[in-house]
Amino acid sequence: MENNTLISLRNITVAFDGEVVLDHLNLDIKDKEFVTLLGPSGCGKTTTLRIIGGFVEPSEGDVFFDGKKINDVPPYKRHVNTVFQRYALFPHLNVYENVEFGLKISRLPDAERKKRIKEMLAMVGLSGFELRRVNQLSGGQQQRVAIARALVNHPRLLLLDEPLGALDLKLRKEMQIELKRIQQQLGITFLYVTHDQEEALTMSDRVVVMKNGQIQQIGTPIDIYNEPVNAFVADFIGESNIVDGVMIRDYLVEFGGRQLPCLDGGFGTNARVDVVIRPEDWEICKPADGQFHGTVISSVFKGVHYELMVQAPGEEEEWMVHTIENHPVGSEIGLILTPDDIHIMHKMSPEEEAELLSALEADSILNDEDEDDEE
Amino acid sequence: MTKKQNSLTSNLYIFIVMAFMYLPILVMIAYSFNNSKSRGAWSGFTTKWYADLIQNESILSALLNTLIVAVISSVIATLLGTAAAVGIQAMKKRSRDLIMNFTYLPVMSPEIVMGVSLMLLFVMFKVDFSLFTVIVAHITFNVPYVILSVLPKLRQMDKYLFEAALDLGCTPLQAFTKVMLPEIMPGIITGFLIAFTFSLDDFNISYFVSGERAQTLPVLIYSMTRKRVSPEINALSAIIFVVVLAVLILTNLNDIRRENQLQKGGRRG
Ligand SMILES: Nc1ncnc2c1ncn2[C@@H]1O[C@H](COP(=O)(O)OP(=O)(O)OP(=O)(O)O)[C@@H](O)[C@H]1O
Ligand SMILES: [Mg+2]
Repeated sequence: MENNTLISLRNITVAFDGEVVLDHLNLDIKDKEFVTLLGPSGCGKTTTLRIIGGFVEPSEGDVFFDGKKINDVPPYKRHVNTVFQRYALFPHLNVYENVEFGLKISRLPDAERKKRIKEMLAMVGLSGFELRRVNQLSGGQQQRVAIARALVNHPRLLLLDEPLGALDLKLRKEMQIELKRIQQQLGITFLYVTHDQEEALTMSDRVVVMKNGQIQQIGTPIDIYNEPVNAFVADFIGESNIVDGVMIRDYLVEFGGRQLPCLDGGFGTNARVDVVIRPEDWEICKPADGQFHGTVISSVFKGVHYELMVQAPGEEEEWMVHTIENHPVGSEIGLILTPDDIHIMHKMSPEEEAELLSALEADSILNDEDEDDEE
Repeated sequence: MTKKQNSLTSNLYIFIVMAFMYLPILVMIAYSFNNSKSRGAWSGFTTKWYADLIQNESILSALLNTLIVAVISSVIATLLGTAAAVGIQAMKKRSRDLIMNFTYLPVMSPEIVMGVSLMLLFVMFKVDFSLFTVIVAHITFNVPYVILSVLPKLRQMDKYLFEAALDLGCTPLQAFTKVMLPEIMPGIITGFLIAFTFSLDDFNISYFVSGERAQTLPVLIYSMTRKRVSPEINALSAIIFVVVLAVLILTNLNDIRRENQLQKGGRRG
């Protein structure tokens, strides 16, 4: 264990009524690091936080904090605070009293207490709401009270369970920047849970992608984005083209009827693999100049870019292409990839593939609901 | 029917219901000022029954007994019932259902059954009847009512509130007193008031366990009416009615005031 590791989970396994929810989880988080857990609904993100907060006992495995095993340390003795997924604000207290709660318990002197609460409320944009009862606040305001209530205690580690889920896009972006700034300014370690891959990629030092209680990949946002270890991660991180391919030999792959050079090796010869191509990595050119060419069969404006579906002649393959320049439906275009745009991954078994599909479906349903909830 | 007729009928209906409920009490209050002992005739205004009442030691001591029993038994029942409700809420569903059935049983069964069985219990263990036995009996029949009024509040409570309190540094005891208790307080107060009033006017059970020396007011009144109905009882009942009315009005006023305060935006810490 490195000596600046703040928290480590070792072989953590959790089962509820015999159903395994976390499966031999291993995770180290360094001091002052911003780590995000990302994964579809029900994959065990909240449970992981609850293990660290001390609200769930692992059936197996150990939790270390600052090098000391804390399996048996009760929640109120851990230097950890939590922003709960459903806020869990105290309804009998007003906004000020909610934020004050932890400081009162720890007997912080009056003057210091007042100062910190004032700063914190200003930080989350709730100055002037001190006397409001919390059930007279909007969802987004409640969420910010929850953040202030946890953060005001200056814990070593802050656990945040989808803390910005109820905010509209603009406020969410502002709060992302604000949270990141607070985290750096106070030097607090953040373990952050989100559904939103963009949020994960923009805020985190490292991202942990989870599925079914198992960690799929841990890495910097750039690693995760550019070098996903499997099709699940690739697809969860962003919409991708994932197609069957054959690794002819190291650094040469065949897919979509072409053989192309790539940067991956070590898969053996003639091995079946998944090939991942990000929609924004395609370069569009004249049909004759492309490695691939085809007809644009749909074009949808997505706010910042157009999403084209391109059908290659005589093949089943449809390519998703993101571009800032529109190409009308029916037009012929060519597509070019450079070797570093081609990501090769071990093939998933059919069961894994089915799981991926259902996980993604469940997640997109959930995301749609989230959007409806926004104020 | 027109709207006007409609409201006329409904007003008349309310009037009849109210008359049914309050006429007997009004008659009783009127007779407490009747000069004659007979119930049939009105023979002039007097307050002498009230004067007699203050001097009647058996009535005064029964009143004192009633108050002592009501206060002690309802406080203890509230403590026990609240603790029980918290425990029951924390149980697994199956054991919770089982316990709840046991809780409903005394509430549903006739009081006389409770009275007789408590009496048998005390006799079996050779406990002499006294205020103590009355208090124990009242606690016994009041605990379920407290449980039943606290449990819904516990069920309504966000289950993560307790964890949030622990997260912010509370010991489990502090989390209970600082977060859980304020949340379920309305249920506890309701439970206490139910227990207090049930204890005040209980006759069926007290009758079997009070003996000669520890009579409560309902038991005494019953034994007095067996000989003759004294107008002193009318006077006493009139006083009780007025006191209860006053308490009710005060509670309601208090509720209204609190509601207004909430609307203005809560307290400052
Ligand atoms: N107390 C519990 N008893 C039984 N099963 C539970 C319990 N808590 C969680 N689970 C199960 O554990 C799995 C993981 O739950 P968890 O809350 O950790 O998911 P999550 O990743 O946070 O999902 P979401 O994104 O929807 O919040 C789920 O299948 C859930 O049903
Ligand atoms: Mg969750």
